[in-house]
Amino acid sequence: MFEAIAFYTFSAVTIAMFTITVMSKNALYAMSALAAGMIMISGFFFLLDADFLGVVQIIVYTGAVMAFYAFGMMFFNTTRLVKENIRAPKLVFLLSGMSALLLVVALVAPIVSDHIEPFYPVVEGVENPQAVGIVLFTKYLVPFELAAVMLLVAMIAGIILAGKKMDESLTLKVDGEDEFQNKGSK
Amino acid sequence: MITLSHYLIVSAILFCIGLVGVYRRKNLLLLLFSTEILLNAVNIGFAAVSKFYGDLTGQMFAFFIVAVAASEVAVGLGLFIVWYKRRGTLDVDSMQSMHG
Repeated sequence: MFEAIAFYTFSAVTIAMFTITVMSKNALYAMSALAAGMIMISGFFFLLDADFLGVVQIIVYTGAVMAFYAFGMMFFNTTRLVKENIRAPKLVFLLSGMSALLLVVALVAPIVSDHIEPFYPVVEGVENPQAVGIVLFTKYLVPFELAAVMLLVAMIAGIILAGKKMDESLTLKVDGEDEFQNKGSK
Repeated sequence: MITLSHYLIVSAILFCIGLVGVYRRKNLLLLLFSTEILLNAVNIGFAAVSKFYGDLTGQMFAFFIVAVAASEVAVGLGLFIVWYKRRGTLDVDSMQSMHG
């Protein structure tokens, strides 16, 4: 009963938030709605007994990724509305509908055949984070390490890409206040 | 009673919302938001299958998707900052230097 209430609440709020993200013309509204939707998705994970995944969802998405977006948006002029000229709005929805149909077919196909058997079954009598750790550090150790290296490479790439011309630092100059005012007046 | 189909339907709806976003957005930053929606929709599907078939592989793949999404955001946003410094806009239509 409570599961049903929670499920329908979470799905309604998530769908509403993501619709705002997709349709809104204001980038700031879109980002806030996306963050709210991410939190609601972690609710789905808690409902599905994937506690660790839910916590990771909150920490990584709402904590790291959205903060990263918020910092990135300081570089862009986000106060004005986003102008987008969409040439064929009907075509957009037609293409989306056809893709959705393909998606449903692709999702239903393995369920119809119904020969799915657990590859790494859930361990009995163990909490979810422990079970995740057991599987992650035995069967998926190499992909885990590869993911770590990938994150490191992405971090360095982000620093190098965003940090170009950062040597013209404002803080290194002695008369820093004038620089600040010049920058602010631009 | 909530079954696997309920979760998969919600996942498909969210994926379609993300697809609409990818098709209709012209601003690169908002395009990246739409890809986040796509990844999250797939994550719900993985977690649901993981629970209803008693298999932890779905959750593992969801973790790796989260890692991929995080690194994608890091590199993508760095590229956008470089592009914005050069052109002063993030519109996809401005990326037509080849005139094909």
